[in-house]
Amino acid sequence: MKMATDYSLTRLANRRHRRTLWLRGLHVDIPLLAGLLVLAAVGLTVLYSASAQSGDMLGRQLIRLGLGFGAMLVLAHIPPHHFRRWTPWLYGLGVILLLAVLVMGEIGKGAQRWLDLGVIRFQPSEIMKLAVPLMVAWYMAERPLPPAPKILLMAALTLVVPALLIARQPDLGTGLLVASSGLFVLLLAGVAWRLVFTVLALLAAVAPVFWYFLHDYQRERVITFLNPEHDPLGSGYHIIQSKIAIGSGGFYGKGWLNGTQAHLDFLPERSTDFIFAVLGEEFGLIGILVLLLIYFFIIARGLYIATQAQSTFTRLVAGSITLTFFVYVFINIGMVTGLLPVVGVPLPLVSYGGTSLVTMMAGFGILMSIHTHRRLLSS
Amino acid sequence: MAPRTPLKDHLRETHLFTSRVLIALVMVGVLLVVVVARLIYLQIISHEHFSTLSENNRVNIVPMPPTRGLIYDRNGVLLAQNLPAFSLELIPEQVKDLDQTLAALAQLIAIGEDDLDQFKKRLDQRHPFEAIPLRLRLSEEEVARFAVNRHRFPGVDVGARLARDYPLGELAVHAVGYAGRINEADLKVLDVSNYRGTTHTGKTGVEKYYEDILHGQVGYQHEETNAVGRVLRVLERRLPTPGQNLYLSLDVDLQMVAELALTGKRGAVVAINPKNGEVLVAASLPGYDPGSFVNGISTKDYDLLRRSPDQPLFNRLVTGQYPPGSTIKPLVALAGLEYQEITPHSSTFCPGWFSLPGDDHRYRDWKKEGHGSVDVRLAIMRSCDVYFYDLARTLGIDRMQKYLGYFGLGRRTGIDLPGEVAGLLPSRDWKRSARRQAWYPGETLITGIGQGFMLTTPIQLAAATAMLASRGEVWRPHLLHATQPTSTSRLLVQPPLRTGKVPISDGANWDTVISAMEGVVHDPGGTAKGINRGITYHMAGKTGTAQVFGIKQGEKYKASELAERLHDHALFVSFAPVENPEIAVVVVVENGGSGSGEAAPVARAVMDRYFANKPGS
Repeated sequence: MKMATDYSLTRLANRRHRRTLWLRGLHVDIPLLAGLLVLAAVGLTVLYSASAQSGDMLGRQLIRLGLGFGAMLVLAHIPPHHFRRWTPWLYGLGVILLLAVLVMGEIGKGAQRWLDLGVIRFQPSEIMKLAVPLMVAWYMAERPLPPAPKILLMAALTLVVPALLIARQPDLGTGLLVASSGLFVLLLAGVAWRLVFTVLALLAAVAPVFWYFLHDYQRERVITFLNPEHDPLGSGYHIIQSKIAIGSGGFYGKGWLNGTQAHLDFLPERSTDFIFAVLGEEFGLIGILVLLLIYFFIIARGLYIATQAQSTFTRLVAGSITLTFFVYVFINIGMVTGLLPVVGVPLPLVSYGGTSLVTMMAGFGILMSIHTHRRLLSS
Repeated sequence: MAPRTPLKDHLRETHLFTSRVLIALVMVGVLLVVVVARLIYLQIISHEHFSTLSENNRVNIVPMPPTRGLIYDRNGVLLAQNLPAFSLELIPEQVKDLDQTLAALAQLIAIGEDDLDQFKKRLDQRHPFEAIPLRLRLSEEEVARFAVNRHRFPGVDVGARLARDYPLGELAVHAVGYAGRINEADLKVLDVSNYRGTTHTGKTGVEKYYEDILHGQVGYQHEETNAVGRVLRVLERRLPTPGQNLYLSLDVDLQMVAELALTGKRGAVVAINPKNGEVLVAASLPGYDPGSFVNGISTKDYDLLRRSPDQPLFNRLVTGQYPPGSTIKPLVALAGLEYQEITPHSSTFCPGWFSLPGDDHRYRDWKKEGHGSVDVRLAIMRSCDVYFYDLARTLGIDRMQKYLGYFGLGRRTGIDLPGEVAGLLPSRDWKRSARRQAWYPGETLITGIGQGFMLTTPIQLAAATAMLASRGEVWRPHLLHATQPTSTSRLLVQPPLRTGKVPISDGANWDTVISAMEGVVHDPGGTAKGINRGITYHMAGKTGTAQVFGIKQGEKYKASELAERLHDHALFVSFAPVENPEIAVVVVVENGGSGSGEAAPVARAVMDRYFANKPGS
């Protein structure tokens, strides 16, 4: 009996070993990868229609997706302790680049978000989307949780500084996203709810003061959000047209490539920030529910990975990356459906556009790395 | 309290983290539910609302204006038509620099100050993406010159529109009228939805009176457009119903004769068929060119017309009010016969003046030495004033007003022309309410010879003459002979409208008066005997001279001493043939002097042409 048991256990272990071998050889989380691939496929389908069947745009988006998935796979194969070691350097580099952009922005005119390195132009704020949660997690992981007030203050500083620098560019949307990615780390680390609500109440109290620091176009967006009809052909046009597109889609939608709002140019930015409206118009509520289900699956898987992570650092990073991903989804859909003011946040993996896609995929790479480099505690 | 030495409690941290993740997952779920609720609101509850908005976005309803009906005379001679006209048009949305474009265009094609003024006026009140005409009536050379340079002017194009055209120009302009650009005043009256896309509407004459028939019904084209208004395809089309063609009862040939006879004078000629009220001639002179009004007359030209002392814009036919003068006498005589105040043989002595008892004011006869003893026939033939002073006195204003009222005086005839006025048939009541004065007996006398307060329009006189000719038949005078829904369909002849009959107790009374009127023309003692040379038919007529300027007691009217504008109006009413009247002609010549000299020959010319054209003569 014992022999038989041992034998069967060995067989089981062998089978498991084979599977883990294959997995460890590749360091890929199959459910997450599957979810992302399905999402990318849905995104390309909608983009094909939104771009007026432009093969050219579709090709470029495919290349970006390739780059993104490539970055994800590369990062997935780097063990998480490397990330932990690089975190302070990455964060430091990010802050320096942001300062550089700010200085160049003073020289140039208007919004300066891009850094031209001769060969590549990129936005340092994209680095910060990952560097900030990594840094906050790095800082917290060394300390006992829930964090002490002094530690919290330091952690808050590490996320507020880059967020403010980005907001000064001015890119309020990204600034808020970066700040929230850091805040998620704090929340997951176990900040007392009492403190969270106190801060929220304080923020609400100083919101009117904050109003004075907003740029005119940002104020315009808030006014437009509160009352889109106040300038239906001006700033309210986007949101009115996107609501018309989604609402006219109904339950079943008008059918793929049949969205009149999108195809007759009524819907602005239909292949980028407002692509969700194209989906809503052509595929209806059904199509949207399918998309939301895919997003929910990816988020649930991300959170599962976070709970399975073996160190505080990896736990906090995995959770923050996943929740930030959800924030993208929620802000974008909220904005397109008129629940939130218009902020330039793309719909992850569906919107046409590059930089943020690659950053997001890199984040999923880190998630996969965390999940696939676990040591078996039992052995 | 945090411990002095930081110690990590891994189990506690894991539990804390897991609980936080669970809370986060719940939050994610809640927010997704919020999103779904929002989408259910947008896509299910408000679906219909947004569908409508989406449809409105997409589909543009473009009106297709109907083609205006044509106007013919009774013989099919074209009076008003639509001709393609080329105009330089501009869509402001598609022009980058308007000022520069206008300047560059002005070097190619002559664009006047007036054009620019009109253009700027329309610029303020247009719809988006509407082409605004900049220059109208381009010549073929101008069209060609622009075509070569078109590439330099995005948003500018040559548009072909149908423009109203009046091939006979001034002829019968006051009857036909003209169609001009719709202005704000028109918009208040017109059915705006039916006039979407229509640029012109009838302004005067038949063009205005029969606007409803001439205009037609607007059509629509549902066009799918994109956000910048570019038409992608036509989804649905409802063709416009063109306006109906009108055949007027006018006879262009007679009209020409009448206008020619009146050339250089101010006045009106009306010819009516007494058997049905059809108006054969409706001339009011001077006229104007209706074509100049179609696309907006220049301010300068308009001022010229408006300020002209000859008042060419004044439609004398229905708005000119003249004292009928002696032309009223046959009707007064009829009243006298009817009320049995006179008989065909009773006579009155005319010493050349008439006085009311107890008043030494002398009412003069036009013939200072008097007519002697005259009966009703002679009184009409020679137009004896004293006879009618006396008759008026015995009749009294009330009976006279009542009887003249049967002939439609003081009332609109109801002719199908806009703006008709009622004239004035004075009465005690009228004077009390309008002048706040009692009626004086002297006023009765001058009413008897068509002077004083009494005013008639040429159309009224013509209608009354037609009633006389037809022995009391009252037909509403009308210009519309027939309508034609499309150019290939059959004419729908408008039935004439009989509106009443002049009450008369003895039919012989007609004979008495008509025979006297025949004498006016054919008898050597008639006032219009001057026109009877070579006449081939029997004409009945009555001359009239209406005083414009009051002559003081004891003075003599001397035309040569008065300014032309104060000369008497010359009138003539007539019909023929006496045996079976077919045509009644009324002529009014303003300040013409004498009815026999100035007005009667015009009537003779018209009638001559009428009988010459008549088949079998």
